[in-house]
Amino acid sequence: MTLSLSHFTSAVLFAVFASVVFGITQRSGKREQVRYGLYCFAMFVGGVIVAGWVMWFLRR
Amino acid sequence: MANTAEEKTASGNESPGGVPASKAMQVIVPAIGWLIPGAGHLILKRWIRGGLLLVSIVAMFLIGLAMEGHIYHPNGGDILDMLGFVGDVGAGALYILSQALDWGHGAIEHATADYGTKFLIVAGLLNFISVADAYHIAIGKKQ
Repeated sequence: MTLSLSHFTSAVLFAVFASVVFGITQRSGKREQVRYGLYCFAMFVGGVIVAGWVMWFLRR
Repeated sequence: MANTAEEKTASGNESPGGVPASKAMQVIVPAIGWLIPGAGHLILKRWIRGGLLLVSIVAMFLIGLAMEGHIYHPNGGDILDMLGFVGDVGAGALYILSQALDWGHGAIEHATADYGTKFLIVAGLLNFISVADAYHIAIGKKQ
């Protein structure tokens, strides 16, 4: 079985899994873990979008 | 008393700690946690954390394989191959299984196959973080 994902889908999946692990391992309380996981997810996906726009401007 | 872990946490003066597990558990937890992602937390009865770690790391590894990612071998020769091996081997039993079944040759027929290789490496590295967290719980450094 071969999985062909788009670049963005791959990046979002990566962000989901990494954020879950970061949230659980880097904070102690449940509330802090959820907040930090969401923060990491936002940073990952936000970083992808910003990097995408930077590359778009560089290409022009 | 004011010096219990719970009261220190509530007052916000120190980082939260827990009750240390036995010496044997402090050795077993990281070993099992490396072999099976999230199992270190499950042994310590952190069911939700362990389950989420298990699902996240195993899913990341399997998606990496499905994307035709490349699994590195210990005798790659190149320094980058050796670093890739260090990342891959963090996945524990998943890495051993993939070697035994000869998975992860990485045909690289499409652009995102390289992402698969990164998924495999990062799954292993995330498991290393998970193992360290389980150890910290076992020694009572974290709840």
